[in-house]
Amino acid sequence: MGALRNNAGLLVFAAALAAAPLALANDYYVNVLILCCINALIVMGLNLLMGYAGQVSLGHAAFFGLAAYTTAVATTTLGLPIPVGMAAGIGMSALVGWLIAVPTLKLHGHYLAMATLGFGIIVSIVFNEAVDVTGGPSGFVGIPRLALAGFTFASDKSYYFLVAGVLWLATLVSRRVIGSRTGRALRAIHVSESAAQAMGIDLAGHKRFVFVLSAVYAGVAGVLYAHHLTFVAPSSFGFNFSVQLITMVVLGGMASIWGAVAGAFFLTSLPEFLRMFEEVDILIYGGLLVACMMFMPDGLAGGARALVRRMKAVRRG
Amino acid sequence: MLSGAPQYLVSGLTVGATYGLTALGFTMIFNTTGIINFAQGEFVMLGGMLSVVLMKAGAPLPLAIALAVAVAALAGALIERAVIRPVGRSAPVNLVIITIGVSILVRGAVMLAFGKDTFSLPAFSGTKPLSILGAAVQPQSIWVLAITLALLAALKLFFSRTIHGKAMLACACERKAASLMGISVERMAMFSFALSGFLGAVGGAILTPITLTSYDVGVMLGLKGFAACILGGLGNPFGAAAGGLILGVLESLGAGFISSAYKDAFAFIVLLALLFVKPTGLFGGPKSDRV
Repeated sequence: MGALRNNAGLLVFAAALAAAPLALANDYYVNVLILCCINALIVMGLNLLMGYAGQVSLGHAAFFGLAAYTTAVATTTLGLPIPVGMAAGIGMSALVGWLIAVPTLKLHGHYLAMATLGFGIIVSIVFNEAVDVTGGPSGFVGIPRLALAGFTFASDKSYYFLVAGVLWLATLVSRRVIGSRTGRALRAIHVSESAAQAMGIDLAGHKRFVFVLSAVYAGVAGVLYAHHLTFVAPSSFGFNFSVQLITMVVLGGMASIWGAVAGAFFLTSLPEFLRMFEEVDILIYGGLLVACMMFMPDGLAGGARALVRRMKAVRRG
Repeated sequence: MLSGAPQYLVSGLTVGATYGLTALGFTMIFNTTGIINFAQGEFVMLGGMLSVVLMKAGAPLPLAIALAVAVAALAGALIERAVIRPVGRSAPVNLVIITIGVSILVRGAVMLAFGKDTFSLPAFSGTKPLSILGAAVQPQSIWVLAITLALLAALKLFFSRTIHGKAMLACACERKAASLMGISVERMAMFSFALSGFLGAVGGAILTPITLTSYDVGVMLGLKGFAACILGGLGNPFGAAAGGLILGVLESLGAGFISSAYKDAFAFIVLLALLFVKPTGLFGGPKSDRV
C-alpha cells in the first residue's frame, strides 16, 4: 500500500502523458506537446541543480544547444549513424558540463549566475559565428529524423510517445536521485554549505555531480530536439531561452519534480494560447509572469499544495 | 598594427561609459534591496526611445532627454511600489523572476506603442570629429564621457555629503539597524529604483546618437551592465563604473585586433577568466557576497 501511494504520482503521470495526445486531435498540438516534454526534461535537470542543490545556472540553454549541434554535425556532416550522434551529443553536454563545473562551482550567488550566464552567451555566439560548422545565424538544416533499430519515427504522434517515455524515465531517475543519500547531501548543501561540509559531505564532488547530471538532462533534450525539428538555429539556444528555463523552474516550484514538469508545460504552451491576442500577447505573458510570482511565491507546486491544504481544512469544518 | 589602438580605446571608453552607468543602476538597487534587477537594461532603452519619441513630437533635444530621463526614473519608482514592495521578503530568485516579467512588459509596451524600427538621435554638438593623439574622436564621445564622469562625481558627493545618500549606504550595510535608526528602508528602496532608472536612462539617451536604439536594445545592455558590476565587484558603485569602462575597452580592442564577429564574447571570456582567479571581482572585498 505504501509503495502504491509513493508511486501513485508516477502512475498518474504515465497515464496523463499517454492520454494527452488522444485529447488533442490536431497534429499541431501534438507538436506543442513534444516541445513541452523536451523543455520539461531540461527543466527537471535544472531543478535538481537549482531547487535541490541551490546552484543557479543562467546558461543551461548552452548544454541543450551543444547536444543538438553535436548530433547535427555528427549525423549530417560526418554521416555517422543516428545513435552514435545522439550519444556524442549527450556526451558533449556531459563533458562540457564537467569542464565548466570545476571552476564555476567555486563561485557563489550572483557570481555563479554571472559565470554561467557568460558561458551561455559565449556558446551562443560561437553557434552564430562558426558558420562553417554550424551554418551560422541561418541555422543547420537537413538533420535526419530519428530512426532507431529499424523503426523510423515518421509521425509526430510516435515521436511524442518516445519523448514522453524518456521524460517519464527521467522522472523515475530524478526521484531515485532525490531520495538517495546523494539527494539528502544536495539538500544539505542548499541549506548551508559549511554545515554540510562539517558533516563530512564532499561539497565539490556533489556539486559537480549534480551539475553534470543536469547538463546530461539538457543534452538528452537537445538530441531529441534536433532529430525532431531536423533543423537547429542559434536563436533557440540563447540567453532568452536560459532565462525561460529558470522561469519555468521557479514558476513551477523549486525542489519539486512535478513543479518542474508543470512549469515547463505551462510556459511552453502559454504562448500558443496567447496567439489569439495577437500583438498584446507579450504584455499578457509578462503580466502573468509577474502576477504568478507575486501571488504564488512557491510556484504552481506550492499553489497546488496550499489548495489541497485549504480543501482539507474546509472538509474538516 | 598598433596604430588603431587609440581609436579603439576611445570607442571602447564611450560604450563602456554606458555599461558603467547601467552597472551603477544595478549596484544602487542591489545595495538597498539585495535584488538583481533584470529590468535595468529597459531603463537604458527607455532613455533612448523616449528621447526619440519626444523629439519627434516636437520637443527640443535637451527637453526631450530631460523628460525621457524623468519618465524612466518615475517608471523605476513605480516598479518598486507596484511589484517589489508588495512581495517584500520573498526569495531573491522570485524577485529576479518578477523583474524579468517587468522587463518583458516594458519591452512589449514600447514595441506596441512605437514599433520595431531602429531610431537615432542627433549628436549634441555636431559630428565633425576632433583629432586626439591620432584618433578621430566624435564630439558625442566626449559628451558621453564627460556626462558619465559628472554623474559619478555627483553620486560621490551624494553618498558622502547628503543625509539621503548616507541613509542609503546605511541600508546597504545593515538593513535592520538602518530601520532601527529611523530610516525608512522602503522609501530608500523606492528611491534606489528611481535613481537607477535615472542613471540607466541618461546612459541610453547619450549613447543613442552613436549606437542607435530600438525597443529591444535593453537585453544586451542589461547583460553587459550586470557583467560590469560583477567585474568591478558587486555592491561597489565605483567598481561598477570602472568595470563598465574596462569591459567596453576590452570589447573594442578585441573587436579591433582579433575579430569583430566575436566582439560580444571577449568581454565575457575575460570576465570568466577573472572570476576563476578572483571570485569576488576586481575591487570586491574578500567577502562581498551576501549570505
